[in-house]
Amino acid sequence: MLGLDRKDTILLLVVALMALLAPVLLNPFPVNSPLAQFNAGYPDLMQRFAIFGIFAIGFNILFGLTGYLSFGHAAFLGVGSYSAVWMFKLLGYNVIPAIILSIIVAGLFALLIGWISLRRSGIYFSILTLAFAEMSFRLAYSVLTPLTNGETGLQVYTDDPQILLGDGPHVPHLFGMMMRSSTTIHAGPWEFTLPVGYYVCAVLLLASFYLAIRIFRSPFGMMLRAIKSNQTRMNYTGLSPRPYTLAAFVISGMYAGLAGGLMASMDPLAGAERMQWTASGEVVLMTILGGAGTLIGPILGAGFIKYCENIFSKINEGVLHGWFGGLPDGVENALIWVAEHFVGSGWHLTLGLLFMLVVTFLPGGLVEGGQRIGRFAFRRRDRKASDAESDAAKQRNPAE
Amino acid sequence: MDAIILQILNGLDKGSAYALIALGLTLIFGTLGVVNFAHGALFMIGAFCAVTLQRLFTISYETIDETKTDFLGNPAKVQTPYVESWFGPDVGQAVIDWSVPLAILFAIPIMALVGFAMERGLIKHFYRRPHADQILVTFGLAIVLQELIKHYYGANPIQTPAPDAFRGSFDFGVLLGFDPNHIIYPYWRMIYFAFAAIIVGAVFAFLRFTTFGMVVRAGMADRETVGLLGINIDKRFTIMFALAAVVAGLAGVMYAPINSPNYHMGMDFLVLSFVVVVVGGMGSLPGAVLAGFVLGILESFASMNEIKQIIPGIDQIIIYLVAIIILLTRPRGLMGRRGVMEE
Amino acid sequence: MSKLLTRRGVLRTGAVAGAGVALPTIFTAGSASAFVNEPSGSTVTLGFNVPQTGPYADEGADELRAYELAVEHLNGEGDGGMLNTFSSDSLDGTGIMGKKVEYVTGDTQTKSDAARASAKSMIEKDGAIMITGGSSSGVAVAVQGLCQEAGVIFMAGLTHSNDTTGKDKKANGFRHFFNAYMSAAALAPVLKAQYGTDRKAYHLTADYTWGWTQEESIAAATEAMGWETVNKVRTPLAATDFSSYITPILQTDADVLILNHYGGNMVNSLTNAVQFGLRDRMVNGKQFEIVVPLYSRLMARGAGENVKGILGSTNWHWSLQDEGSKAFVKSFGTKYGFPPSQAAHTCYVQTLLYADAVARGGSFNPCSVVEALEGYEFDGLGNGPTLYRAADHQCFKDVLVVRGKENPQSEFDLLEVVEVTPRAQVEYAPDHPMFAGGNLGECNPGA
Repeated sequence: MLGLDRKDTILLLVVALMALLAPVLLNPFPVNSPLAQFNAGYPDLMQRFAIFGIFAIGFNILFGLTGYLSFGHAAFLGVGSYSAVWMFKLLGYNVIPAIILSIIVAGLFALLIGWISLRRSGIYFSILTLAFAEMSFRLAYSVLTPLTNGETGLQVYTDDPQILLGDGPHVPHLFGMMMRSSTTIHAGPWEFTLPVGYYVCAVLLLASFYLAIRIFRSPFGMMLRAIKSNQTRMNYTGLSPRPYTLAAFVISGMYAGLAGGLMASMDPLAGAERMQWTASGEVVLMTILGGAGTLIGPILGAGFIKYCENIFSKINEGVLHGWFGGLPDGVENALIWVAEHFVGSGWHLTLGLLFMLVVTFLPGGLVEGGQRIGRFAFRRRDRKASDAESDAAKQRNPAE
Repeated sequence: MDAIILQILNGLDKGSAYALIALGLTLIFGTLGVVNFAHGALFMIGAFCAVTLQRLFTISYETIDETKTDFLGNPAKVQTPYVESWFGPDVGQAVIDWSVPLAILFAIPIMALVGFAMERGLIKHFYRRPHADQILVTFGLAIVLQELIKHYYGANPIQTPAPDAFRGSFDFGVLLGFDPNHIIYPYWRMIYFAFAAIIVGAVFAFLRFTTFGMVVRAGMADRETVGLLGINIDKRFTIMFALAAVVAGLAGVMYAPINSPNYHMGMDFLVLSFVVVVVGGMGSLPGAVLAGFVLGILESFASMNEIKQIIPGIDQIIIYLVAIIILLTRPRGLMGRRGVMEE
Repeated sequence: MSKLLTRRGVLRTGAVAGAGVALPTIFTAGSASAFVNEPSGSTVTLGFNVPQTGPYADEGADELRAYELAVEHLNGEGDGGMLNTFSSDSLDGTGIMGKKVEYVTGDTQTKSDAARASAKSMIEKDGAIMITGGSSSGVAVAVQGLCQEAGVIFMAGLTHSNDTTGKDKKANGFRHFFNAYMSAAALAPVLKAQYGTDRKAYHLTADYTWGWTQEESIAAATEAMGWETVNKVRTPLAATDFSSYITPILQTDADVLILNHYGGNMVNSLTNAVQFGLRDRMVNGKQFEIVVPLYSRLMARGAGENVKGILGSTNWHWSLQDEGSKAFVKSFGTKYGFPPSQAAHTCYVQTLLYADAVARGGSFNPCSVVEALEGYEFDGLGNGPTLYRAADHQCFKDVLVVRGKENPQSEFDLLEVVEVTPRAQVEYAPDHPMFAGGNLGECNPGA
């Protein structure tokens, strides 16, 4: 189907089904149960899953296939966001021109940075990309404020031109469908929210995923893998690797631009922090954590990190008391004392520990983990994915 | 002219911190082949050794002073440090006052232990893993370490002053024939620079003139052959890791009076020190030190008004801009070797 | 439009089938209630969005303590704190309009993106009816914009930039904290009295929006009384060592250094300035002085001895002796064992003001709250008689000019109040050039 072999088709269908049903799957706990804290099926987080999924898929095309570790990909996401908000400011709130422009601008920016940075390889390449991204962030935060609105973040003001606004909605929309609107379904004690914005992101996520599969399986993808495994040998065969790596770099930059444009479309404000080195580091972590070089890994990694960030950080002492309230006082206090290190303001600690555990025990990332615990019903997607991808996960180590 | 002399001094001072951190990073990378993203955290832990010692010295007992009231209007509790009651107020005050220099002695065993534990407990499992995995696991460790510090010491900077004797500044200008009060430099910053120079010299001498250092240098060049000769290179590498941790820790202890330590100071220095290491050339110790001072001085010059007026915002980006230019003109940094970390 | 309906219909059927539940009740958001997150049960949820990670985490933790205290007092627990001194008596310790107050917390990370994500999750997932908190102006402006779009009320925490109630003001957003203009207006007369009119000021300014608005405000106020501005130098936010910005001062004839820095930047720049002997410096027979226009007591601790004798301004200080402040310090101090910071104070007061506005307006509807707060005059919350101005949703009250204390009695006793500048002196017209360009817009109830 669609030019994919059977395994890939199944993988794509599984991802499509997951994306379609995410609002239900991510809300497994009834609204009033104490575990509702762990529900992730609300619009903003689902959109973030999809958006960072796209970002990580794109990053994986560069890193997973060619082995070039870029530490500056957040810059492309940032310029994508800025371009999208500028389209809202100048034209109007339809997301189509915003997303198109963000992909184009990010692509051009990636072409420029890639053309320079790809003169070097290995860690020298990483530091070059890091330097460009960090420069973009610092300038956007300070001297480029007229263009970026600095610390405050670029946003739409009522006195902006918005020449195509007409009488359309004053929030980002797709031909009248507002990104913010949603349908809520009450099913017994459960509640499911189906947001328009999320489904726009999900459709684009599927399109990006499909494109990534095609790239992975194409001769171009083979060429990129060849660069990773042995660049010297490739040179001897008379092929210059640079056009291929540059193409991969630009493609992954455009993915980042798409993610940035979508972020601005879901929430029309673009902050400079999106371009900071920590943001670039985050996508690296997502990809490696999920399983670099695998198709589905980056999406899992993105979901994993965003889930930690948004769910663990909101558990406060009051919630903990609610959970352990039934226990004897001494036990309750001891448990709360331990738990406090890891949730609320301690969520970074949880994240750090999870990084260490995953990397130490699951060198192939979550994809490998999914493979190992494939029996669990709710993890079935991982197993399916890893069937098709276990090779990629295993290949990674000797290749570097 | 006086402005330029001052900026060179500032640059040497900043460069000292960069060079010390970069030196440790390069030692670890050169010997063990590990990219250590937790190195900034070691610097931070060093600074918190100074904080901890200061806290230990000021552990106090409380007495109620009926003549004073606290903020709630209750009788105030007066804290008296135990050291003051043991040694008398004068000696006690002096001990507290000198807590930063004393923290050097305190930090050496602690940092060596931390380094040893890190290498044996975690890093050694990653020798044969891809650099990306090393980065991820050490980055995770860095987060864990800094969050633990944050949990117990809070997020705000903590004041750790230098001893009173070193708090003033020295009028350099008079020596050079300028008017008084034109070129002055704080004593502690000069001490920091001298200290950095001594540490760098000691590390180089150690590698150059001892058998141990010779073996390590041989190991850096060709680990397998050294192993085949029947030398237990692993044990030496563990010691090298502990040494690098001590260097980073001491850089942190001495830095504490310059800027009050906070839990994220390691991350603030991490990226910069990586840029320094790469600009110096991966695996080159002299390169790391040279690049540290060069970037420190350039950063200082870039923050001068005369230069900022020509290129607005140059001080924000100078380090990265210089890094790009150097890497494009010198493919392997200032003194890098071919084939190191280029795949 | 028909396209939209069909699409929704499809989604709905699909998802219902997926859930596998017979006869669910279905409705689209908004059709059932008059405004977003209308509380339907016996409780109402507030969202406390404070920095829990990053450099302002301690300030965020203090804000959170204040919020917990405010919730206790609203629900009738504890000693009632400022509820007893507040000029309005609509709050009686039975929650807000009989509904028990519950809260959710989130981490802004002091990044506008993360702050908005956290606020959104509170609105979308937890049904928060009001968002409050934050420790920087970038975050305040970003979250304020979000709340305007989403249709909930935003009660700003610590935000000092003129823009929050200037060019970025929003109908659904309210600020109790003072701003850079007020700092300047309050400081200028004190500076004149202490240091005279013939002074040359050198500014070091954090290179981002807040720093610029403060630099602009202070420079305008000091120039108006005859000071000369020698130079305004911007320093990167990421800077940790300020030596290379401080040494050039030695080459000028400036005799006052104004540090437009906050948080860690302030601690480091002040420490560095003292290291370079600026406090002992004499220029043309005058003692060199340093001014820190916005003080934070929590951060000042990091600078230790260096703050002694240095002038600045603050929104509130625990040593104030009015009944409201005393009541607040007492209940906060009894619960936590140390006095509250100015961030804690503003957050506590904002929560009370919101609850009071709901009760007085008789509805949780944001538009009713906006109406109740606009032009509201109140007293007993620690800053004397205060006005929430309708034109820009900025509170007008007395401003404190403080100085680092020479002989602190305790680790909290770092600042002493030099002068309480009366409200009339810090007022300005809503269309003042430093605040121009914004538009409140209409209050937005969401649905």
